[in-house]
Amino acid sequence: MTEARNPNTEPDWSEYRGVLVVVEQREGKARPVSWQLLGIGRQLAQKLEVDTLALVMGQDVEHLAREAISYGADKVYLADDPVLKDYRTFPYSRVCLELIREIKPEIVLFGATYTGRDLAGAIATHLPTGLTADSTMLDVEPPPSRLLLASRPAFSEKMVATILCKKYRPQMATARPGVFDALPRDPSRQGEIIPFRCPVKEEDVAARVLDFIQDEQKVHLEDASVIVAGGRGLGSPDGFKMLKELADALGGVVGASRAVVEAGWISHDHQVGQTGHTVRPKLYIAVGISGAVQHVVGMQNSDVIVAINKDPSAPIFKIAHYGVVGDWSQIVPAMIEEVKKRRGLLPVEKA
Amino acid sequence: MLHIVVCVKQVPDSREIRIHPKTNTLIRQGVPAIANFYDMHGLEEALRIKDQHGARITVITMGPPPAEKTLKECISLGADEAILVTDRKFAGADTLATSYVLAKAIQKAAEEFGPVDLVFCGKQTLDGDTGQVGPGIACRLDLEQLTYVEKVVRLDVEKRRITVHRHLEDGVEVVETRLPALITALQEMNKVRRASLPGMIRAARYKPIVWTVKDFSDIDVSKIGLKGSPTIVAKSWVPEQKPVDGEILEDTPPEEAARQLVDKLWETELPEKLGWDAEREEVAP
Amino acid sequence: MAQEKFDAIVVGAGPAGSAAAYTMAKAGLSVVLLERGEFPGAKNLFGGVLYRKQLEEILPDKWKKAPVERRVVEQRIWLMGEESAVTLGHRNEAYKEPVNCWTALRVKFDQWFADQAVEAGALPIYSTVATELITEGDRVIGVRTDREDGDLYADAVIIADGVNSLLGKSLGIHREWKPDEVSLAVKEVIALPREKIEDRFNLEKDEGVTIEFFGKTSLGMAGMGFLYTNKDTLSLGIGVMVNHLKKKKIKPYEILDHVKKHPMIRRLIEGGEVKEYSGHLIPEGGWNSVPPLSGNGWCIVGDAAQLVNFVHREGSNLAMTSGRYAGEAVIEAKKRGDFSQETLSLYDEKIHQSFIRKDLVKYKGMHEFLKEEDPDLLFNRLPQAANQALYELFLVDGVPKGEKQKKMLNYLKEAGGGAWGLAKLGIKGWRAMNG
Ligand SMILES: Cc1cc2nc3c(=O)[nH]c(=O)nc-3n(C[C@H](O)[C@H](O)[C@H](O)COP(=O)(O)OP(=O)(O)OC[C@H]3O[C@@H](n4cnc5c(N)ncnc54)[C@H](O)[C@@H]3O)c2cc1C
Ligand SMILES: Cc1cc2nc3c(=O)[nH]c(=O)nc-3n(C[C@H](O)[C@H](O)[C@H](O)COP(=O)(O)OP(=O)(O)OC[C@H]3O[C@@H](n4cnc5c(N)ncnc54)[C@H](O)[C@@H]3O)c2cc1C
Ligand SMILES: Nc1ncnc2c1ncn2[C@@H]1O[C@H](COP(=O)(O)O)[C@@H](O)[C@H]1O
Repeated sequence: MTEARNPNTEPDWSEYRGVLVVVEQREGKARPVSWQLLGIGRQLAQKLEVDTLALVMGQDVEHLAREAISYGADKVYLADDPVLKDYRTFPYSRVCLELIREIKPEIVLFGATYTGRDLAGAIATHLPTGLTADSTMLDVEPPPSRLLLASRPAFSEKMVATILCKKYRPQMATARPGVFDALPRDPSRQGEIIPFRCPVKEEDVAARVLDFIQDEQKVHLEDASVIVAGGRGLGSPDGFKMLKELADALGGVVGASRAVVEAGWISHDHQVGQTGHTVRPKLYIAVGISGAVQHVVGMQNSDVIVAINKDPSAPIFKIAHYGVVGDWSQIVPAMIEEVKKRRGLLPVEKA
Repeated sequence: MLHIVVCVKQVPDSREIRIHPKTNTLIRQGVPAIANFYDMHGLEEALRIKDQHGARITVITMGPPPAEKTLKECISLGADEAILVTDRKFAGADTLATSYVLAKAIQKAAEEFGPVDLVFCGKQTLDGDTGQVGPGIACRLDLEQLTYVEKVVRLDVEKRRITVHRHLEDGVEVVETRLPALITALQEMNKVRRASLPGMIRAARYKPIVWTVKDFSDIDVSKIGLKGSPTIVAKSWVPEQKPVDGEILEDTPPEEAARQLVDKLWETELPEKLGWDAEREEVAP
Repeated sequence: MAQEKFDAIVVGAGPAGSAAAYTMAKAGLSVVLLERGEFPGAKNLFGGVLYRKQLEEILPDKWKKAPVERRVVEQRIWLMGEESAVTLGHRNEAYKEPVNCWTALRVKFDQWFADQAVEAGALPIYSTVATELITEGDRVIGVRTDREDGDLYADAVIIADGVNSLLGKSLGIHREWKPDEVSLAVKEVIALPREKIEDRFNLEKDEGVTIEFFGKTSLGMAGMGFLYTNKDTLSLGIGVMVNHLKKKKIKPYEILDHVKKHPMIRRLIEGGEVKEYSGHLIPEGGWNSVPPLSGNGWCIVGDAAQLVNFVHREGSNLAMTSGRYAGEAVIEAKKRGDFSQETLSLYDEKIHQSFIRKDLVKYKGMHEFLKEEDPDLLFNRLPQAANQALYELFLVDGVPKGEKQKKMLNYLKEAGGGAWGLAKLGIKGWRAMNG
């Protein structure tokens, strides 16, 4: 060798190109976060001048591959196999690993859902590469650097940190649902669907999914456009009945602060905030919630925030677009009336 | 006898972390350290298995020497042995390097105290907050990976099968698999017990086992600590609170306030945004 | 499992308990140090002045490492009017070496002090509440705790559980304190940058100042306030006799809010951020309220035994010294193999021969005096009159000085119910201060 390798030069990553989004589905239905990731993934791909790629895994999920194209994918890898009927870490991670090793994307994105985190954690260790969890901002440095800038909340959401992965490829991140916007669905978009094999046979898989207990009660805060959330200020679990009524009148769902979830007034699925859900509805009404940072981080990006609190110095008012200082138990019933009236949901009174 | 390893991390109590108003840096000084509470649910589940089937429980933590306090807490609750994996060379680890060291430590624990049947981790840590270390360990040790478990439904020690409820966004998945397995615990899993007085006394006298890099025969130092961590924190900042100049009604009678509020919402075209336009027509005059 | 027995159990890891535990553990006794807080000091509170002498007597080598805030070089006393104060104080470089006292925060100090006991061999059992004493006849043989399998046995129990002393009550040597035997104090720790503190209080590096104030600030009740400088915080608080609080139906935090608005205080704390808020009782019954100090298998120390010199805000030092004495008595009992009252009353003797009894006896009338005198006179009218008088003295308004003196005297006389009333009060006060 004539030339000593300069240890400071970055390795040559030119083989790695493209932004891959791993689409998450259950029973043939995709999670909205997957389309949101295609939205941001496409932006990154455009900056890098590469393709937006998607991976769809499951059984009888070809329609999702087409959906992925409608939401912005240029090429969709489709692993359709009975082994992949239910999500199980082992077969799913093997498909991902083989695909990643074969097509060498420079960036791989997953939803920061239960399944997405389970899968991404396994893959990153196998490859190995760096994995940024729970990103809320994604960007890339333009070529030649092509670095993924994945930013995520840190230290109880008090800070945001940008995390880089310089020495390994691909660069991987999970991203929070509800943070990025999906592109408008466009069925006329063109793209390529490429079948991909599942390298695992059923007899090699130890885990069996015996059942799925659907929770009918379960709310889907992330997908709601109106959330009426209650906190300790409600005074008792009964307060949620009235909030439900307001939520129903507005076509929304009920959310909650951690204080009341911990008090057992309502289940954890309703919790908004750092250890609950991050939401971004069109309208967020906070009732009897003080507005602790850990709560606020989960809802501050809502389009319109309304606060009802009897304490004028409650921090929630600092982020509220509209607020009322007063006792919720007097204000909320009046709001219900008012909303119903305007939406024509009240029986029309005879004059 | 079953051998269960529980990974417990000591974390700063995030409630107490403040941001320095001038420098925008974290003030960690004086912030109390606590056991990551999800991990304690993992320990509790291990203790319940021990109560029911008999088991040997080894707790492992990687962290600085003061983490000993957390290990003693685990001993007070009924863990049999507690190991502190500590070395300056481990510092600065991200999840990849952390899961590498913890996997090595679990292997070593298996050599010294018997093969490991189950590993418990927490759902995530309060400071790292990734939930990646558990899957990382499972992958390295070829354990069956059961994340976000809210209930252990059945453990068949003879057949070495375990059935759990995994928590998903819209329901609960019932999964059965083989041992050895790794479970990451949710707080719904159980209620953590309170230590008995004999437990407290045992803990007060207990000296955790300490393993440093030198105690491992086969550790690859290029995979540990800062060096072994692919991710780098490039910068961190305090997010700016978007200044909202909200309209706040004070001293307004409730009905009046409610009316004005709903007015505002309609003025901001909420019905249009929510796609109620059509129905508005129908509203009786 | 055969029940293990210890030489001694210390209940409470405040200054009294840790001193006792340290003393005994160092002598090789097996000692359990029981504390209900998550760690010693977690919930403890005092105003903030820690004295060197008694700490040094216990830890001759290590006292210098104690986590303290500032060396006190100046002590100020303020007699508060409505928006004024009559001030008195003393500053002296001589207080620095050897240091006389420091300001301190209990969260840090108690933890450190208990750690010394643990290093010496005491077994720390925290987050555990002692619920009652286990007795056999008239002997105390152990402590019951709130944990499963929670009985602990020992030859001697040192009761160091502070002013509310649950165990003292369970032993029957205490009754519930009467409202006139305790003050309720509330305190805030207010964060302020170091430089600001040093500027505002005229300090350098680790120098500190204490201010005690009384008068109008306690809203006509018997009470004393304090403002102490820590490194980058201030300790501000006020204690008021509980019987007066009850009578006036005022909440303690209302008094503190009132204090914070006083112009003498307001500008010293301005811009500070309240970091902690807490309340605590102070024993103020004096010597007459001190219960029996020992019995078969037990000693009672510190606040639990009302060993507080409230006139000089000395408590922690009495607590430490009493804890040490009790520890020494138990060590002797271990030597003799006899933990009966006969041997443990060595502890009583030590207290009797020390400054603790002498100081408390000297001020023993003080409690009666405060209980009987009209608080409005002592804490409202007289301080106001003194302020008016001095206002008059320093005001240059063309009034001849002779007339001014008369006016000044009149203010005081009026407030004190005539010259005779004032003289009587003076005598009573003098007696209260001198046994
Ligand atoms: C690690 C960690 C993670 C956390 N994660 C989360 C999280 O994900 N989500 C979350 O919400 N919290 C979280 N928290 C907790 C958070 O810090 C707060 O404790 C919590 O949000 C407070 O809930 P709250 O606002 O309901 O209760 P409070 O803070 O008690 O507020 C109640 C409010 O109701 C008002 N009120 C009372 N009565 C009335 C009335 N009659 N009418 C109107 N108003 C009234 C009061 O003025 C007050 O402002 C977390 C904390 C930690 C340490
Ligand atoms: C506002 C205020 C200002 C003061 N200012 C000063 C001052 O400037 N200088 C000074 O020297 N003194 C001061 N004092 C007095 C001083 O704080 C006390 O005299 C001293 O702390 C007494 O120490 P102790 O160990 O007896 O009790 P404490 O310090 O009260 O300790 C008792 C300990 O026992 C624990 N405990 C209680 N019950 C139980 C139980 N059942 N089981 C287990 N553990 C239990 C408690 O958690 C605590 O740790 C002040 C007091 C107050 C309230
Ligand atoms: N340093 C550590 N020591 C022991 N266990 C750890 C450590 N870091 C993470 N874990 C375990 O891994 C889980 C997930 O951590 P994280 O990926 O950091 O969110 C935690 O709940 C712990 O059980």
